[in-house]
Amino acid sequence: MMTRRLVLGAGAAALICGPARAADPVDPLQSISWADMRDQFLEGGPVVFDDRVVLSAPDAAEDALQVPFLADAGAIGPVTRMVVFADLNPIPLILDYRPGALAPLIAARFKIQQATPLRIAARDAQGLWHVAGQWVDAMGGGCTAPALAHGTDDWTAHLGESEARLFDRAGRRRLRVSFRHPMDTGLANGIPAFYIERVELETPDGRRLGDLATFEPVAENPLFTVEIPAALELPGLVVRARDNNGNIFRRQVAL
Amino acid sequence: MIARLAFLVLMLWSGLAQAFDYGLKATPIAPDTYVVIGTTEHFNRKNGGNIVNTGFIVTAAGVVVIDSGPSLQYGRQLKALIAGITSAPVTLVVNTHAHPDHYLGNGAFEGVSIAALAATRQAIVEAPPALLDGIYRLVGDAMAGTQSAPPTETIEPGARDIGGHRLRFLAFDGHTAADLAVLDETTGVLFAGDLAFLDRTPTTPHADIGHWLAAIEALRALDVRLVVPGHGPPAPPPRAFDQTAQYLQWLARTLTEAAGDGLDAAEVMALALPPAFAGLAVAREEFARSVAHLYRGYEAAVLGRQ
Repeated sequence: MMTRRLVLGAGAAALICGPARAADPVDPLQSISWADMRDQFLEGGPVVFDDRVVLSAPDAAEDALQVPFLADAGAIGPVTRMVVFADLNPIPLILDYRPGALAPLIAARFKIQQATPLRIAARDAQGLWHVAGQWVDAMGGGCTAPALAHGTDDWTAHLGESEARLFDRAGRRRLRVSFRHPMDTGLANGIPAFYIERVELETPDGRRLGDLATFEPVAENPLFTVEIPAALELPGLVVRARDNNGNIFRRQVAL
Repeated sequence: MIARLAFLVLMLWSGLAQAFDYGLKATPIAPDTYVVIGTTEHFNRKNGGNIVNTGFIVTAAGVVVIDSGPSLQYGRQLKALIAGITSAPVTLVVNTHAHPDHYLGNGAFEGVSIAALAATRQAIVEAPPALLDGIYRLVGDAMAGTQSAPPTETIEPGARDIGGHRLRFLAFDGHTAADLAVLDETTGVLFAGDLAFLDRTPTTPHADIGHWLAAIEALRALDVRLVVPGHGPPAPPPRAFDQTAQYLQWLARTLTEAAGDGLDAAEVMALALPPAFAGLAVAREEFARSVAHLYRGYEAAVLGRQ
């Protein structure tokens, strides 16, 4: 209710003040890049900062190559997209998840280049973006450092190897799935961008459940966490990951 | 007005030019034996990186220094502190392990033998430059002039008589790949390095919890009157052993259970800490750091490979 009132208010203010920008909610993280982020990733759609969207992440990055985060938009009702980005990273966009039939929850890890706001924007069925975020402090360098895989001789032999397991989370089933991949950003000297760009979640007979677009900042050997609602009956699940060189890694999980 | 402004500028300039003052104090804990107790905080600008205990033993064959502190300035001020207590020269500096708060003061002891276990020497030499950058970033001016000055000799485990003190050098691992503890059998003081913490949450960037617990058990078996932990106040045994071991056991159990429950690292970092540990200095921050250091190993153990 509160949310709707805010949006109506914003609309009214826009009519009176002219450019919609004037009525935008003030960024609680006071990032200089917020307006750009919004234009680039939220398609200029209406925005509300909403504490009901939960973003869990550390206040400071102990490991600039692996900063964990979990975004949960379950409290705001049906969600069509979840976009996670870090304003001040050289490549801000981390992932764009369309949960579809799955729960609006996603966890992964990202590479951090310097202290930055980390944000989750969840779009509800009405097209309103619910945004939450926090600052993550960092010494940095995570995006321009070579992946650890390049320090080994045999990483290509293990490319795409996968680990997966289902966990029971109070009725919801949680899938954690990882793939061995360097996830090169292209920003480390002499190493071209090479990263998984799509992770599709399907039923064994090919029906799409959820669709995850992933970008350069996702950490090496990515580990994704998603949840299957209790009400969704499934015989099994197929996870198909594709990188920007056209490699496809397929992982079947029995439920 | 202009004169006053000039005076102000001068004051400011001289303030900046002045070296950071650590205000080090030597606490006598046994005959000839002193400890310089650091804060139980994280590196910050106010403490200049003084988050660590250093110590020294004044022997008839010179002063033995155990750990040199977090910066060149700290090392220099430690040297001056010692000179105010004895006219004997420092003849040996020992680095208990390869964490920067324990060895970055080495530069102040030029010309003195600086000794560490072989693996500690190697780790100090191989430490990435980013490590020093990170501490400069956190500590600022107090780090001025600090560079890594690696140990000059390898210390072999065993007992050595040094100027009337029988010092037993004990080699373990678990906090890092090589952890030296120094037992002065003459006084019963154990310099435990970071194998023991007290009232300050243990750190785990290079930890192997199983090995660390085994090292603590070995330390318990020694004839010790007073334990000087790497961080936190000196106390008779077994307080620091008990607290460090209990925390590590809890940490291992918590990470095992979290991985079994399918928690993501970000969720684990946010878990409530039990009362026994929530009151330890920097508990919340250190626990989150430990999740970053260790949780991947626990996750790998429960996720099935294809």
